[in-house]
Amino acid sequence: MNDFYIIFTASLVAVNCALMGSFLVMRKMVMIGDAISHAVLPGIFIAYYVSGSTASLPILVGAALSGIVATIMIEWFTQKARLQSDAAIGISYTLLFSIGIVLISKYGANADLDQQCVLYGEIEYVSLWLKPIIGGFMLPQQAITLGIVSIVLIVAVIVGYRGLFITTFDPNYALSTGVFVTFWHYFLMSGVSLTTVVSFESVGAILVVAFLSGPPAIAYLLTEDFKKMLVLACVTGIGCSVGGYYFAKWLDVSIAGSISAVIGLVFTMVFFITSVQKSKADVIST
Amino acid sequence: MQFWKYIIQFFSSENYTLFVVSAGSGVLCLAAGVVGTFTYLRKRALIGDVISHSVLPGIAIAFMLTGVKNPVYFLLGAIVSGLISIWIVDYVQAKSKLKPDTILALTLSVFFGVGVVLLTKIQHSGNAAQSGLDSFLFGKAASMSLLDVKIFSIIAIVNVVCVLLFLRGFSLISFDENYAKGIGFNIRFIKAFLALLTVVTVAVGVQVVGVVLMAALLITPAAGARFLTNSIRRMLLYSASFGFVSGFLGVFISYSGPGMPTGPWIVIVLSAFALMAILFGKQRGLFARMRVRQNNYIKINNENILKDIYKIGNQGTQTITIKELTEKEKYPSLLLNSTLKRLEKMDYLDLVRGMVILSDKGRLAAREVIRKHRLWEIYLSKYFQLEADHLHDDAEGIEHVITPEIELHLIKLLERPEIDPHQSEIPY
Repeated sequence: MNDFYIIFTASLVAVNCALMGSFLVMRKMVMIGDAISHAVLPGIFIAYYVSGSTASLPILVGAALSGIVATIMIEWFTQKARLQSDAAIGISYTLLFSIGIVLISKYGANADLDQQCVLYGEIEYVSLWLKPIIGGFMLPQQAITLGIVSIVLIVAVIVGYRGLFITTFDPNYALSTGVFVTFWHYFLMSGVSLTTVVSFESVGAILVVAFLSGPPAIAYLLTEDFKKMLVLACVTGIGCSVGGYYFAKWLDVSIAGSISAVIGLVFTMVFFITSVQKSKADVIST
Repeated sequence: MQFWKYIIQFFSSENYTLFVVSAGSGVLCLAAGVVGTFTYLRKRALIGDVISHSVLPGIAIAFMLTGVKNPVYFLLGAIVSGLISIWIVDYVQAKSKLKPDTILALTLSVFFGVGVVLLTKIQHSGNAAQSGLDSFLFGKAASMSLLDVKIFSIIAIVNVVCVLLFLRGFSLISFDENYAKGIGFNIRFIKAFLALLTVVTVAVGVQVVGVVLMAALLITPAAGARFLTNSIRRMLLYSASFGFVSGFLGVFISYSGPGMPTGPWIVIVLSAFALMAILFGKQRGLFARMRVRQNNYIKINNENILKDIYKIGNQGTQTITIKELTEKEKYPSLLLNSTLKRLEKMDYLDLVRGMVILSDKGRLAAREVIRKHRLWEIYLSKYFQLEADHLHDDAEGIEHVITPEIELHLIKLLERPEIDPHQSEIPY
């Protein structure tokens, strides 16, 4: 049962990240996702400090706001201060992460939170906090929270699909037809920070980044159709979670690290297969 | 008093360790600030992040192969895997449709994941010497030894010397790679060399501030320095100084409280410096740019209103009322009043009971603006063959920008014309 709990939790993270990551990949904003995943630390700390855990949804949303703060900070640096965008991202997240670490070091005893857990999570122990769902069926607390967020994100993507799609692929057209580009930008960023905040406890910042970038990148190499890409990214993410889990169990190593490694492996294979196919196609067409 | 006591304690011989640590991190941040300048200028700030995450597998493999915690082996392993990560980023970017940001994020997280896998493997294998390996994840400034400081100093000296020797090459690939290629520079070598310097610096720096914050040591001082100067030499100097001072101060602050982490404090001090430069930088700073914009706005309003007073008052010969001015041109009253008051202070005009009286100085200034306007209209119609009704709007903007030198040049070029395309006289 433990296997199932861990794989189920990881898969939920994978689905959340695949949905958000696909948009980030197409918008060339994955590094902003990376930045947010580190920059939510102060928010997470405050959430812990106030409530002792990130279990309640209002607290989660509060913590996710610090991701939005990071987005606004990056925007401010690039638009107002005219800093080049890569540096704006780098400066913003390192500063917020530092503030988070300082807060944790100073008041960490009250918050039961450490740096280790921020970076690579504690998915090994999800089954320690089980909660009954229906008729004796139990699920880990984190999986329940993640599941709620998954539902929220799936609904958000379906309802907001048109807006997200058009602002992702043709922002200029969107702007000229009066679609509120800034709204969809922050809509997506809210989703990304919510995803990061709820995922960090189980898998840590690094696997979030791997999930945000890897499965969507793999799916993008395989299809041009964005709807297919969303589904394929989710499936790939789940597949990598399963593979990564058993790989970790076999070698007795970190699960989060192992899932990232498997994502890397799958990407490498798909990358070479598609580039071989492409070069074959090139040969035929010439 | 407490503060001074702390300062004295800080520098006293009893606190030798503290002094070593702060000097060490200062020197290290200096080294990072120097190479970081080029990372920043090449718009590859985030590659620092990739390298710092990617050194982890190298360190773990070095430990697995040798079984000892030798900093030299670690450094070698770190450098190799850091270089591999850069190569992968470049390779995938060249061979696929994926965008750089995706590749960077994927590379850094996969390398880090592999590193974590290897680290946990080592930990679970029960090797007694493994303890402390994960200091690479979060940095361990506090346990810096004199040997570490020596290594940092060597790296810093190597960085400074190499940057000075290769300043031309590094600048060329930062600003204009194609030009560098065109004049026969071996840019592959220069790029590889710069990458090597960066990787070595990151590999060493990770041990002090940890993987996440290493990127800041490279970019933040350089970004701050960029807002203070346009000269690359000065930028290097500022960036290095920012780095050194922040490295030193960061340790200083973190030691003032119990359990305070060093790396984050270094980054906070660095960011504070950079933020100040971004806000208060003399030319490129936010406030400086706002001031320039404000001054231009004021100048344009001054000149426009002077011009209108001159025109309404029949070439400045008659006194007009403020009411006439409002009726003729639709200025918002707040703007008009404040501008008139300012012009009075500058002795361009006198305001007497609702009347506006231009002074000689004001009349001259108004004539100057009108002259520039009409000269520009002639220039446009003569050299761009624009129709008479297309000239005004352009001249309306440019009249505030033309300097006396350009004006002289225009007069000479147009052979001191007497009337403009609308048959108005040009006031000299």
